[in-house]
Amino acid sequence: MRRMTYEQALALALHQEMERDPTVFVYGIGVPDHKRIFGTTNGILEAFGPERCLDTPIAEDSMTGFGLGAAVKGLRPVHVHIRVDFLVLALNQLVNMVSSFNYTAGGKVKVPLTIRAVAGRGWGQGCQHSKTLHSYFAHIPGLKVALPTTPSDAKGLLAAAIRDDDPVLLLEHRWLYWADEEVKAEPYTIPFGQSRKLREGKDITIIGTSWMNIEALKAAEILARRGVDVEVVDPRTIAPLDEEGLLASVLKTGHCIVADNDWSFAGFSAEIAAMISERAFGRLKSPVTRIGFQHVPCPTVRVLENAFYPNAVTIIRAVEQKLGLSPTDLAGEDFYSHERRFKGPF
Amino acid sequence: MSEPGLELYRKLYLIRRAEEAILRYYPEDDMKTPMHMSMGQEAAPAAVCQALGEDAEILCSYRSHAPFLARTGDLDLFFAEMYGKVTGTADGKSGSMHLACPGKGHLCSTAIVGSGLPVAVGAAFANKRLGRSTITCVFFGDGAMDEGAFWESLNAASLFKVPLLFILEDNGLAVHTAKNSRHGYGRIEDVVKAFDCGFYQGSGDDAEALLATVGKAAQDIRAHGHPAFLRVECYRYLEHVGINEDFDAGYRPRSDYDSWLARDAVKLQREKLLARGQGERAQAIETEIDQAVEAAIERAKAASLPDPSRLTHGVFSCAE
Ligand SMILES: Cc1ncc(C[n+]2csc(CCOP(=O)(O)OP(=O)(O)O)c2C)c(N)n1
Repeated sequence: MRRMTYEQALALALHQEMERDPTVFVYGIGVPDHKRIFGTTNGILEAFGPERCLDTPIAEDSMTGFGLGAAVKGLRPVHVHIRVDFLVLALNQLVNMVSSFNYTAGGKVKVPLTIRAVAGRGWGQGCQHSKTLHSYFAHIPGLKVALPTTPSDAKGLLAAAIRDDDPVLLLEHRWLYWADEEVKAEPYTIPFGQSRKLREGKDITIIGTSWMNIEALKAAEILARRGVDVEVVDPRTIAPLDEEGLLASVLKTGHCIVADNDWSFAGFSAEIAAMISERAFGRLKSPVTRIGFQHVPCPTVRVLENAFYPNAVTIIRAVEQKLGLSPTDLAGEDFYSHERRFKGPF
Repeated sequence: MSEPGLELYRKLYLIRRAEEAILRYYPEDDMKTPMHMSMGQEAAPAAVCQALGEDAEILCSYRSHAPFLARTGDLDLFFAEMYGKVTGTADGKSGSMHLACPGKGHLCSTAIVGSGLPVAVGAAFANKRLGRSTITCVFFGDGAMDEGAFWESLNAASLFKVPLLFILEDNGLAVHTAKNSRHGYGRIEDVVKAFDCGFYQGSGDDAEALLATVGKAAQDIRAHGHPAFLRVECYRYLEHVGINEDFDAGYRPRSDYDSWLARDAVKLQREKLLARGQGERAQAIETEIDQAVEAAIERAKAASLPDPSRLTHGVFSCAE
């Protein structure tokens, strides 16, 4: 075990996979520059050279098609986007080509393409640097979508993505990069479609994605002090989805909140609410509650940004409402502010 | 209108002083918006907006300060938006990266590289169809030329023969990556000339020379009914995003900066005015702008932040 941050865990997984398999290479805009995609490609250029660590023209769609071609012909590309918003330019290749390439070849090829993209937030990221859009990608058959929350999940899921013979998207929240924990230093993979209980509880289930798990854990910690026992379950991959794991938790508690790091309308939270109502209707003590972004583009100015994003307080209020509790006094509570870590443009 | 040389200096100085004020006030941490500074790249926006005046309709990238100020000259809207106030262009929803003021000839700024280009072709198409005298001007960098949208827009504009001026601000860099590791061709001039599109170029150190060149390009657009392309060689003084220098990062030498700074466009224009005996008038412009910048910042600071209920306003068109 070694203490490392999320970004170090990603860099280590990439390094280990590139060492293990010479067909793995990493590419994308700015991948080898001195900022190294927030440190997640640290050491790769030095260890493996420019042939396996490529900068590219700013041409997301074509560079995705390029990755597809290389993947089909025996390499294992890892394509990195510093914002999910830039990956959106590659939707044609992703949705029309990558996702269905194998299907139209009768399942006879391998498309071991990994795509990493960072979801930005805060300090004025605004409407074009803040998207997550995991629901959007998960909507497309033929794509696998992972949303690691913790450093150890980031390491294991990236390694699994690179070893996977199908296209995988790894969506990473910028604020998670600063988290650190003890992580197994040796190579390991985490199988897709296995949720993880981030906190054990019996009163209510919160199914969180990405950053919203951090908010959910904070809410749980505060609610625990008044005897409310919250269970937090992280699906980790939303395609494939661990329906059984999520369902087991909801059947135990009877209450479910989906705290999704995305817009709610027509999104992943709707998918979970539908699945739970289909499979656990008679066992629910309350309807599934959904928490997500306000249904507007992300604004730049802080006061509106604060109104746009849900947080631990949103979750606490939702829990109270579902369980018929009086409002918790939150005066004196210490909530997360990224500005303690960071000021200025990302 | 007074003389072009002075008016040009007014624009150059306004942009420079506004950005210098950002350097001073940004550390107070009240302008929470990522800034891609125009410093060093003032000349092209100033020359284009000066040459075309009210006929210019502009679109630009996140490197929006110079184009916005050159076109609108509106310090109040500018600083209020930087501070995220209700007196800004969009209640602080846009910030620095998405500045827009369609009522004042500034259609949009976009933080998605290259994505303003096709929009400009469409805007120019509409202007032509509706018989307006407007020339659409789209500012972009050498990085945007990597995108398919650039080539598709150049082709469509040439094919549809729209009144559009492409302005390539060629600072040789996309973030930290040099042009020669992104472009698989030689001179863009040779490529553009293969299209039905005029080609012009100039240097970002000499705004007056650029002014004349833009005049020729505009004439070409009007006379031949086709788009024109203006390449302006220039240099970004500061880091890609943020208000600091980054010569220690190792991707470009400080000596490049020194040589550009020696022929800085704002300074050069001032020298020209002095040589013409217009020093006093230049000074009067400076005094006026210095005061205007400080006053605009004061008003922006004093203005209100938007009420959280404004979050949902403006998603769709509204009467207001
Ligand atoms: C589609 C897209 N891809 C990547 C980025 C990240 N990015 C922001 S600016 C930039 C470089 C653009 O360079 P250039 O067009 O030359 O403009 P400059 O910054 O030099 O003004 C990149 C790659 C982005 N904003 N949009």
